[in-house]
Amino acid sequence: MTVEGEISDDTSPDGTSPDATSPDDAGLYGDVWAGVRDVSPLLLGIAPFALVAGIAAVDAGLGLAEAVGMSVIVFAGASQLAALGLIGENAPLAVVVGTAVVINLRVVMYSASIAPHFADYGRRLRAGLAYLLTDQAYAISVAEFEANPERSRWRYYLGAGGGLWVVWQIGTVLGVVVGASVPDAWGLTFAVPLVFIALLVPAMKDRPTTAAGVAAGTVAVVAAGLPLNLGLLTGAVSGILVGLLTEVFGE
Amino acid sequence: MTGGSPLLGGSLEVWIAIVLIGVATYGFRLSFIHLFGRVDEVPDRIKRPLRYVPPAVLAALALPYLVTIRPSVAATLADEQLIAGVVAGAVAWRTENVTATIAGGMVTLWLFRFVVFA
Repeated sequence: MTVEGEISDDTSPDGTSPDATSPDDAGLYGDVWAGVRDVSPLLLGIAPFALVAGIAAVDAGLGLAEAVGMSVIVFAGASQLAALGLIGENAPLAVVVGTAVVINLRVVMYSASIAPHFADYGRRLRAGLAYLLTDQAYAISVAEFEANPERSRWRYYLGAGGGLWVVWQIGTVLGVVVGASVPDAWGLTFAVPLVFIALLVPAMKDRPTTAAGVAAGTVAVVAAGLPLNLGLLTGAVSGILVGLLTEVFGE
Repeated sequence: MTGGSPLLGGSLEVWIAIVLIGVATYGFRLSFIHLFGRVDEVPDRIKRPLRYVPPAVLAALALPYLVTIRPSVAATLADEQLIAGVVAGAVAWRTENVTATIAGGMVTLWLFRFVVFA
């Protein structure tokens, strides 16, 4: 994550151009593009995730409008996949919503962590920026805000978050098309748990988080037959409690 | 949940679920961004459990897809989805790459479904 201006330093004849090291020298959109550029390696990671969201939507019996509607309105991958799985199993509305809501609780942490960086902005801009808050946009933006305070924060974040948003929507549409045309025997929806595994492994980074994952997985398997499809929610809550207990008794 | 009254080509209940999840998620996103200045810090009471939400939720999501409890231990373990999941876990651990993990898991699934167990 370098400043655009650093590159143009060499082209300045006297090397004293006052704007040479300013992030604004690439113009109004320079910071937006910097966000897009920095997020692009992550786009490769979320593109298959978005495809899987589209495939899972078809598998759950959703049409294109509903699949895209979900990706636009919810715009949070893991919760979308969980909700789609439950919708496919005809789970009650309250369980579908409750499960997705628990999964997205973590976003509160990102909101708290990024809030000071947006404190100078007006209410409406902040309300708009909040919509684009995802794991990836958060991680990349906060790192840049700290490394490069000169940056126009909202423009950079808009570039990163907007890039993720566009790829997420395109991926969903392609996933719906792929999901509708590949035979069921290929088991493409198996990509859903594979995405979760790809995210789970790095999330189990110490003893309490590993204990949380192991407990949640075990309880979810055993509780899979619970009425109202409450197995996932029961597993997740058990895992959170075991993680907390491990933390407390590990000290 | 499908099979409700048609709305925009789908069930009304699906749309209700989408909107409710979307509104709640947006509320979480906006929460501290909106409240900053009045509430600056997440209370520790909330912060600590939130740390365990990702591993707990992801494991509770993934494992039931992989494990189907069958009458015998052998039948439970000789499951193409479980084997593919274990391979994917190893790939995720080595590479931390979503695409590589999906590829490793899917190829293993197809290998066992169409070749080994066929």
